[in-house]
Amino acid sequence: MTTIGKYFIFLSSFFQNREKFRVYVNLIFEEAVSLGIDSIFICAITSFFIGAVTAIQTAYNLVSPLIPNSVIGTIVRDMTVLELAPTIISIVLAGKVGSNIAGGLGTMRITEQIDALQVMGINSASYLVLPKVIAAVITFPMLVILSGYLSILGGYIAGVLSGALTETEYIYGIRDDFNPFNVPFAIIKSVVFAFLITTISAYKGYFTKGGALEVGEASTTAVTNSCIAILLADYLLAQLLL
Amino acid sequence: MIEIQNIAKTFGTKEVLKGISGVFEQGKTNLIIGSSGTGKSVLLKSIVGLVKPDMGAVLYDKRDFTTGNSELKKNIRREMGMLFQGSALFDSKTVEENVQFPLDMLTNSSLEEKQERVNFCLHRVGLENVNHLKPSEISGGMQKRVGIARAMVLNPKYLFVDEPNSGLDPQTAIVIDDLIQEITYEYNITTVIVTHDMNSVMGIGDYIMYLYQGKKLWEGTSDNILDTEVKELQDFIFSSSLVRALKDKKK
Repeated sequence: MTTIGKYFIFLSSFFQNREKFRVYVNLIFEEAVSLGIDSIFICAITSFFIGAVTAIQTAYNLVSPLIPNSVIGTIVRDMTVLELAPTIISIVLAGKVGSNIAGGLGTMRITEQIDALQVMGINSASYLVLPKVIAAVITFPMLVILSGYLSILGGYIAGVLSGALTETEYIYGIRDDFNPFNVPFAIIKSVVFAFLITTISAYKGYFTKGGALEVGEASTTAVTNSCIAILLADYLLAQLLL
Repeated sequence: MIEIQNIAKTFGTKEVLKGISGVFEQGKTNLIIGSSGTGKSVLLKSIVGLVKPDMGAVLYDKRDFTTGNSELKKNIRREMGMLFQGSALFDSKTVEENVQFPLDMLTNSSLEEKQERVNFCLHRVGLENVNHLKPSEISGGMQKRVGIARAMVLNPKYLFVDEPNSGLDPQTAIVIDDLIQEITYEYNITTVIVTHDMNSVMGIGDYIMYLYQGKKLWEGTSDNILDTEVKELQDFIFSSSLVRALKDKKK
């Protein structure tokens, strides 16, 4: 309970004695590149192969002549939009971005760079963390949209190349019985996950004590806690919104 | 002038500072000395506000920093400069960006004014042609100089230095000590230095406060420190063969 209380106090400290607006604008752009654009490659690779594997495994399990092949496309679409794109990509990002944030802030803490900011009268939590949170909340939904697209493309290429279904069947499948709410639902999830990943990782890094070993531990804990928070939030959002 | 009144701090069950008082005069290099683990750095962090003391007050020219409102604290902080033990330069920024950082954050100066000030400060600490290098690309001594340049870029009234000589060779350590003392006299700054280096004590100690197990056991100047009768201080200073030789010479 103490940790949760400290976490919320940490969040509220972002908005006390903030710096000039232009300072945040520049930092948000820098963080958007670091957290978002630099993550495109790993998201693209992961998404493409997740879609491809989903299509092939679905085809492998659907051997009944009573089930049309287009169902493979439908399953790839729904799994991608509802779960794989927002949740799995967020877990991948928790590993990449979360450890980066916790490691970076942890190193700044043990090398007294955070203390240097404090002595200058700068709100270090706000200056260092708020731009990361805003940048992630903006870029993660974009990554999830890209991921959804590439995952469905991966399913298409794998499904057609393996001969599991035809192009027409796949296209028909991904259009069939489409529920448009799934897309905003995925985006809402990605925003929530972005907030959780950045704030939990920043919290772990910001309060690191000790040396290099503790920075490593903070990174590991940040990733573990972010993943747990993502899965918990995933369940709660599914219960609330679906 | 900085006045500390009855500063006490406990971490868990460990009493680190036990009611320390003293006055650090303007235009002097004030040293806090003592063995490792005696609470020097905690006292310095209490003075600059990085650690909240359990008891006592810190007065900056009679302004109470401990109980003052956030506006007062912000104003006092902007009159401070600090050189950290490991320099605490921002890894992701160049030397120039590190020195310019306080100007970017805390002033509305134009880019030309800021660059002029940065170049002046770098020149003052004896650094040329390193503006575009990263901290990892320069030596430890140069990093300390950059740290001093960053600390003085806003013309501070108060300069705090934590272990300026740690990790430096004796020659560079003397250069850094001399630089700090020169800046202190030149700009009439109240400088507080935490050190356990006897070379610094004898070289630049205008006022010296000796801490032992969280208590102030002695205060004075480098002129009378060798004549101390405090046993703990004698043990501390005469552990250095250089100081023993100095004392013998004095006799």
